[in-house]
Formats: sequence, structure tokens, C-alpha cells
Amino acid sequence: MTSRMLKSWLSPLIAFVGMLVIGVVLDQFFNQYVQLIILFACTNIILALSLNLVNGFTGQFSIGHAVFMAIGAYVSAYLSLRPEIFGVKFTMFPEAIDYLNYLVYAVCGGLVAAAAGWVVGLPSLRLRGDYLAIVTLGFSEIIRVILLNTQAVGGARGLFGIPRPDALALGPLTLSPFLVMYVLASFWVVLTFLVLWRLIHSVHGRAFLSVREDEIAAQAMGINTTQVKVRAFVISSFFAGVAGSIFAHSANYLNPSTFGFTKSVDVIIMIVLGGMGSLSGSVVAALFITFLPEFVLRPLQEYTHIDFRMVIYSITLVLFMVLRPKGLFGSREISDIARSLRGERSADERAS
Amino acid sequence: MISVRRYLGHYLGLSLLALTIATVAGCTKKSEPSGEGAQSAANVGIVGDEILVGQFGAFTGSEATFGQSTDKGVRMAFDEKNQAGGIKGKKLKLISIDNQGKAEEAAAAITRLITQNNVIAVIGEVASSRSLAAAPIAQQHKIPMITPSSTNPRVTEVGDYIFRVCFIDPFQGTVMAKFAHEHLKVKRVAVLRDMKSDYSIGLADFFIKKFTELGGTIVADEKYQSGESSFEGQLTQIKAEKPEAIFIPGYYTEVGLIAKQARKLGITATLLGGDGWDSSKLYEIGGDDINGGYFSNHYTTESTDPVVVNFIKKFKERYNGETPDALAAAGYDAAKVLIEAMERAPELTPKAIRDEIAKTKDFVGVTGKITIDENRNASKPAVVVRVDGPNNRFVTTIAP
Repeated sequence: MTSRMLKSWLSPLIAFVGMLVIGVVLDQFFNQYVQLIILFACTNIILALSLNLVNGFTGQFSIGHAVFMAIGAYVSAYLSLRPEIFGVKFTMFPEAIDYLNYLVYAVCGGLVAAAAGWVVGLPSLRLRGDYLAIVTLGFSEIIRVILLNTQAVGGARGLFGIPRPDALALGPLTLSPFLVMYVLASFWVVLTFLVLWRLIHSVHGRAFLSVREDEIAAQAMGINTTQVKVRAFVISSFFAGVAGSIFAHSANYLNPSTFGFTKSVDVIIMIVLGGMGSLSGSVVAALFITFLPEFVLRPLQEYTHIDFRMVIYSITLVLFMVLRPKGLFGSREISDIARSLRGERSADERAS
Repeated sequence: MISVRRYLGHYLGLSLLALTIATVAGCTKKSEPSGEGAQSAANVGIVGDEILVGQFGAFTGSEATFGQSTDKGVRMAFDEKNQAGGIKGKKLKLISIDNQGKAEEAAAAITRLITQNNVIAVIGEVASSRSLAAAPIAQQHKIPMITPSSTNPRVTEVGDYIFRVCFIDPFQGTVMAKFAHEHLKVKRVAVLRDMKSDYSIGLADFFIKKFTELGGTIVADEKYQSGESSFEGQLTQIKAEKPEAIFIPGYYTEVGLIAKQARKLGITATLLGGDGWDSSKLYEIGGDDINGGYFSNHYTTESTDPVVVNFIKKFKERYNGETPDALAAAGYDAAKVLIEAMERAPELTPKAIRDEIAKTKDFVGVTGKITIDENRNASKPAVVVRVDGPNNRFVTTIAP
């Protein structure tokens, strides 16, 4: 029993510790610009992972993922700016353990986003086909316009002065504000990956896959397809909201224009590039999409003095899709690929 | 044994996630321009005999002409100074970064300028929302930032390192209200504002405040969103109220379309606006329907002031006969104010430069006499111009 528990918790723990080591390196040797982009990358990883659950694993087509991120971001930012809302203190922890507040904000942002996901998903997921795409697109426009016209969150000017975690004193060590934010972000990245991975390899996850493969067959097997689809959508929305929260507290500024249609498309690009139905593919693609324009194309532009950043970016995407139409990993995971390189058969092959 | 191997393979993805970040992060260190990244705090922004100044703006995207015009003005000012021998024997080097007109890119761009390129001062942005995203970062690092044409009052409220060389929204709204009342002598005015732009909302609010103070009536306050292309609904509402003038504090793309559709609906009221109208595209889009409209601006090409005449002449020589718009002039002035401050500063540090920018008094710029007040805003007059084909005719100057 204990060995099984150990087995299931050890690897996410190792990944988390690994990310922490990277965080310390980033904190010590890299400037704030690189650090900011890393935080954006964490946001994008969570977004891509969560969208993959809906688009990749459950076979639905949502094209308004940015709206759940927006909801999470604005809720989280608003909570952090107000000491008290409806008599409830959301900034509940004292300054010394300030970082716990950011977990509360993220969870609240995620929950509101999940509730929104439920409201949108319930009617549209009862239907089969492209309805979800249209509804999510419409919903994202509605929320964006509401945000634009709500003066309490800054309207078109945007919401600024969003706090970031303070430096954290741990005995003789002091963690910089970046490191605290990064630890929070990596915690959510690992948690998202873990939850989705476990979910997909569980009975519930098989139900997601069955809906993707053949809805009628799934129904015939006694699966409540609507319920399964809504469940996937709500979980996905929750994590998108969390991603929004991380974004809000790293950028410290929110503007409704950030969460437009292009942001949703960016996330879709990530999952298509990484492979629909591949979690590790989403991670790699999210990193690629975040880093390429900033760390490769910007220096290139500075060096050559020609602004063809977006041209190269687009060409890269086109080439990727021509050369690997199913994405980097297809529906396989990095572990499957590693295993096949070692000449072993995958778990699925063994089962058959 | 088998279980260990299985588990390793199973969660290899997670471990590789960490590895990927490490590898890519490792690569970025190499891509950093050597020399610039490794400056000590003592000589921020000085590399050899070059002074690094950053600029971020929308060089691509839907407001690209704003960023490009500003860039031309700034570059011209820098090159002039360099030809004249530079500052304290050092040449100015401008590093421009594109933010595609996106707020989150603006934050990344200024962070890059300050922490990676190690610039001594920053010039930017045209749009207030992007200046607001960037200003806290400049303030945090104590690097002076001068915005050429962000007119939202909040921008300079961020902190004591943030300056502007333009007037603020309340002033433009007030100017047009005064102009409508005193010059056009109209009593009934409708307002059509862009709800997506804080600039537009600010101008509209202060116009309404001043105009009602002066005894006029606002007969309608309609809203649109930039990016729309049909305004007939709002215009029909406005037409029913029979206004003598319509105040449209939006950007040129929509204003041009609004003018066309208003005339088509038979609205003959005079059209009024702010500096968002200032683009050669306005007449291209609006055609003859926009003729006779008035807007407030930072400067006019028709001025006979020798400073302006000289600036236009040099600009045309440099950029193949292109006439500089107000944003180019504002960019030029922002760069000049910065250069003068660097000249006066006892040493080239961000702090010393900040103190000198704050002391700017009666600086004769292309866009008028600039004095930086205690709130780090420029107090200076505005001009009102009339649209007449592709040119704008100077009408009057309204002092603060």
C-alpha cells in the first residue's frame, strides 16, 4: 500500500522539485525579462493542458478558452485588490505567509471560471457537432464586452496595480518575489498535469476517450455522454481560470483586449502543434510557442534590424503542420516515445 | 525492479517538462547580446561610448502608424544629436521593441529593455493602456520613462519616474468644449464615444463636463466599439435629437466611417474630435465627408513658427517628402526633452536624468512650449485644426 502511494506521488514530487531547482537558477542567473516570460510560459502550459482535455481527449471543439482565463484573471485580481467583498475577507492570511493568499485567489478564480464553464457547457454540450464552438466564441465576446464596460475593473483602461507576492523569509533564506510566484505557478503546472494524467488513465478518462471515438457507441455502452462532456469542460475551465490568476499576478496588469479571439486561437495552436490528446505534447508546444517569438525571433530582429518576427513565426507553424500533420507527438506521450525508443511495447499494446 | 522502470517511463513526461525548461532557459543566456547583459548597476545604459535608450511601441498591428510615426521622430532627434557630437562625448543608441499593440507585450517589452538591454531611459508608448501596463515596471526599476502622447491622466500618477510631453485628456476635452462654445457658438451637441478606448471615454467625459458648465446641452451620448464598421444605429439616434455638432473622440479608422455614414443619413452637424483623428488615413477613409470637421491636436504643419517650419523641412528631407504628423512631432519632442535632460545632468545615471527631466521649463518644442509641472505632465497649449482634404488647416490655439 505504502509503496503504491509512494509510486504515485514520487514522480510529480520529483517534477516539482526539478522545477524548483530551475526556479532557483532562473532567480540567480537570469534577468526579470526572462523570468516574466517563464511565468507566461507556465500560464500557457496550464492553458494548453486544460484545453487538451476538451479538444484533444473528449473530441469537442471549444474556441473560446481565453474567456475562462479572463474570468479567472479578473476574479483573482479583483479579490487581491479589495480587502473585503460581501463581508468576506479573501486576503485571509497575514503578510508573513502572503503566498497562501495567492492560492486562495487562484482557487476562487478557477471556481468562478468553472461555474461559467458549467453554464456555457450544459446547454451546448447536449448537442452534437459544432455548437460548442459557436457558443464558446459568442460567450467569450460577451464576457470581453462586459469587462470593457465594467468600470469597477478598469474598463478599457485596464486593471493595474495588481499585487504580486512579497518576498518570503524562510529562516536564513529569503525567496525573491519572482521565486514565490514561480513556486506557485509550478505548483499549479504540476498539479494540472497530475490531475489530468490521472483522470485520463482512470475509468472516467476512458469515458472521455470513448466520447471522442464514437459518441453513439459510448452511449450504447451506458455512458451519459452529456455528463461526461460537461465534466471535462468544467474541469478544463477551472484550470484555465487558475492560469488566468497566475497571469494576472505576474503581469500585474489586465486589459480585456488581451483575452480576445487571438488568445483562444493561440491556445488551440499549442494543442494542435503538440498533438491532440497528448499532455506532454501540449507542454512542449506551449513552451515552444512562448519562447520562439521572445527568445529566438526578438534577438534575431535586434541583430538584423528587420521586423519579420511574425512572418517567421507563421512560417514555422505552417511548416510544422505540413511536416507533422498530427502534431509533434500525435496522441502519444513522451513516455510512450521513450519506451518505443527502448524497444518496449506500450501499455496499450500489452493490454491487447 | 520492473515496477521502478515502468514508473520511470510512465512519468518521464513530467521529468522532461522540467528538463525542457532548463534547456530552453539555458539557450536564452547565449542569445543575450554579449556585453549589454553584464553591466553593473553603476553604469546603467552606458556601453563603451554609447548611451542606450529604449523605445517600445506598436510598430505592427492595427495602430501601427502611431508607433512608426513616433519612431521616426525619435530617431531623427537622436541622429541630429549624434551628428552634433553626442552627449558628453558619447553617442545615443536607440533600441526599439515592437509590442504589436498588445498590453501584455508592452509589459514584456519594457522589462526586456530595462533588464536585458540595460537602457538608461525609455520612450513610449502612444496608447495610454499600454503605457499603463509598462509604467509600473519603469517605476519599479527607477528608470525614467517619457511618453510622447499618452494623454490619460493616470499614466504619470504611477510614480515619480514617469513623464509625458503632451497634454492630458481633460485638457483636450476642455479645449474642444471651449472651441465649440466660443468659436462655433453651438448650443446642442451630441457625443459618440468609443467604449473600447479609455482615451475616448476620458475625452468625452471632460468635454461633457466643460460644455455643460459653459451652458451648452448634450443632447445624446451614444457609444460604439472600435473595430465595428456600421454606426447607423447610433447615428439614427443622434439624428433624431438634431444636434448642431457631434463630438467623436475616437481613432481615425472609425471616425472616417462614421463621417461617411452620418452624411449618408443626412446629418449635417459639424464633426468634432481629438488627436486620435490625426492620420493621413482619415481622409483616405472618410473622403470628402470628413471635410470641415475640427479636432484638437498637438501641433499643426501650417504653423509659421520657425521651430516647426525647420522641423517639417528636415523631416521631409529625411523621409522622402513625408509630412510629419503630430505623433512624429511628439516623439521628436520627447526625445529632445530627454536629450536636454541628459545634457544638463551632472552624471549619466537614471536618477540624475530623472531629476533634470522634472526641471524642464519653457522648452521650445515642435508641439509648443513645454513645462513639466509637479505632476510630471506637460502644460502647453493645444491647436484646433480643420480637416480640408488631405491637409489640416490651422484654426486657433487654445491655451491651458
